[in-house]
Amino acid sequence: MIDERLDEDALRALVPRVLAGLVRRGEDFDAAEDALQEALLEALRVWPEHPPRDPAAWLATVATRRLVDARRSEAARQRREAATSAEPRVGGDVITEEGDDTLFLLFCCCHPDLAPASQVALTLRAVGGLTTREIADAFYVPEATMAQRISRAKRALAGPPARRLDQPGDLAVVLRVLYLVYTAGHAGRVDLAREAIRLARQLTLATEEPEARGLLALMLLNHARRRARRDSEGRIVTLDRQDRGLWDTREIGEGVRVLQSALAVQRPGRYQVEAAIAALHDDAASAEETDWPQILAWYDDLVALTDDPVRQDPAAVLGRAVAVGHVHGAAAGLGETGRLREVLGDRHRWHAVRGYLHELDGDLPAAGAAYADAARRATDVAERDHLVRQAARARAGGPPSSA
Amino acid sequence: MPKYLILKHYRGGPEPHHPFPPMDQWPPEDVEAHIAFQRHVIELLEQSGEYVDAQALTPTRTWVRYGGEGAAPVTTDGPLPETSDLIAGWFMIDVESHARALEVAAYVSSEPGPRGEPLYEWLDVREVMSHAPCED
Repeated sequence: MIDERLDEDALRALVPRVLAGLVRRGEDFDAAEDALQEALLEALRVWPEHPPRDPAAWLATVATRRLVDARRSEAARQRREAATSAEPRVGGDVITEEGDDTLFLLFCCCHPDLAPASQVALTLRAVGGLTTREIADAFYVPEATMAQRISRAKRALAGPPARRLDQPGDLAVVLRVLYLVYTAGHAGRVDLAREAIRLARQLTLATEEPEARGLLALMLLNHARRRARRDSEGRIVTLDRQDRGLWDTREIGEGVRVLQSALAVQRPGRYQVEAAIAALHDDAASAEETDWPQILAWYDDLVALTDDPVRQDPAAVLGRAVAVGHVHGAAAGLGETGRLREVLGDRHRWHAVRGYLHELDGDLPAAGAAYADAARRATDVAERDHLVRQAARARAGGPPSSA
Repeated sequence: MPKYLILKHYRGGPEPHHPFPPMDQWPPEDVEAHIAFQRHVIELLEQSGEYVDAQALTPTRTWVRYGGEGAAPVTTDGPLPETSDLIAGWFMIDVESHARALEVAAYVSSEPGPRGEPLYEWLDVREVMSHAPCED
């Protein structure tokens, strides 16, 4: 089982190289992507018994044949030309530098003209090598719906080979798309968080931009806690009550190293700052040993990155309020949230943070009421159930549940 | 086999069997038992081969209609009569008969409330129209 999984990963890792090679050779992005997708399915069928000597060249050859077949059925009069280009042309002109190709394809798939949902779907297929069915499963939509979303996105990119983009603005879009993939978590057969980490790791091989490494570090440092985040019944376990023995120390180690190499460049950005906060949480042997003053200092940096943090980055200002509560006392934290009520008072997270701070303050009835308000506004079932539990527990005046 | 939608409501429907407070005011262990029961219902339906779907809805509702040519959609969130139905979620099941659908719904309604007592919640059972293939 594990071997099978590794093989599939290795196979999918070849996708960017092969696809970029085809597109650079002048093939239409849409058609090349379809052809490669068919070649991948063929590879999964054939390789277990007949492993190829050069997997990338094999994929390029089979995808090229598919392209030719497609052209043949399209126009019989092109038959002769098609036969000529059917000669597999593998080698230097098709297969090039790996990192370069990943970047090139990510810029295509995360084209600013596409909607975020399309950017995510196209990235997972064209760069991640996932099948349409796997992507559909992960987002709980019918396969036909996802197929349509992908083909519309590809049509929007049709025309001459996608222009090479390397302005910082476009890299920011790529980073946002990868983070969206990460936060979509995992459902169905595919672990999207793991997939996002794999793609971010490939991206860091292709660019020196410290924010790319910041994003990879942030994902690793959060992913390291995944086993502690739910109990055996699937219930949410908050950070302060997690069994820290379940945290993945290898992943934390890698995350910290990646973060340090990013910070050394001294060009800070939001992913690096968020990763630094995650690293401080990961670094505490127990909740009580959390270095809240340092976390607050990073939150100050984080909210200073945007002109209007309350509207542009509500998660940061609410996280900062919690840190203020720990450093300067619960009342000070509640004071912070009070200033945010007008803009964020309708969000479940604002009420949840108030509940947490009231509890920190020892005011359980107020905590119960705030958690109940948060539960009524929650949009996720597990989170709603968690907040109802928190409310019931606080109202019963009980100790923090060990649940 | 016919499909049925078993609808749960935040409000609306017949007079409740007995009044009970919102769940966040129940003793914590009763909250746990209630949530565990919901999960158990889904497992049971999966095992019996009758499960199709289960979803929960947030209580926020927006009524919307066409605003006319070139105009933005017209929305309203009230005022509405206090008694207007507000759906909280559903189970969709694929079962042998209407009687079986009622049996499943009654079981769902036996969900435990405060002190482990059944809630006797009213549920709305609706048959989903089928798309039978044309026959010559």
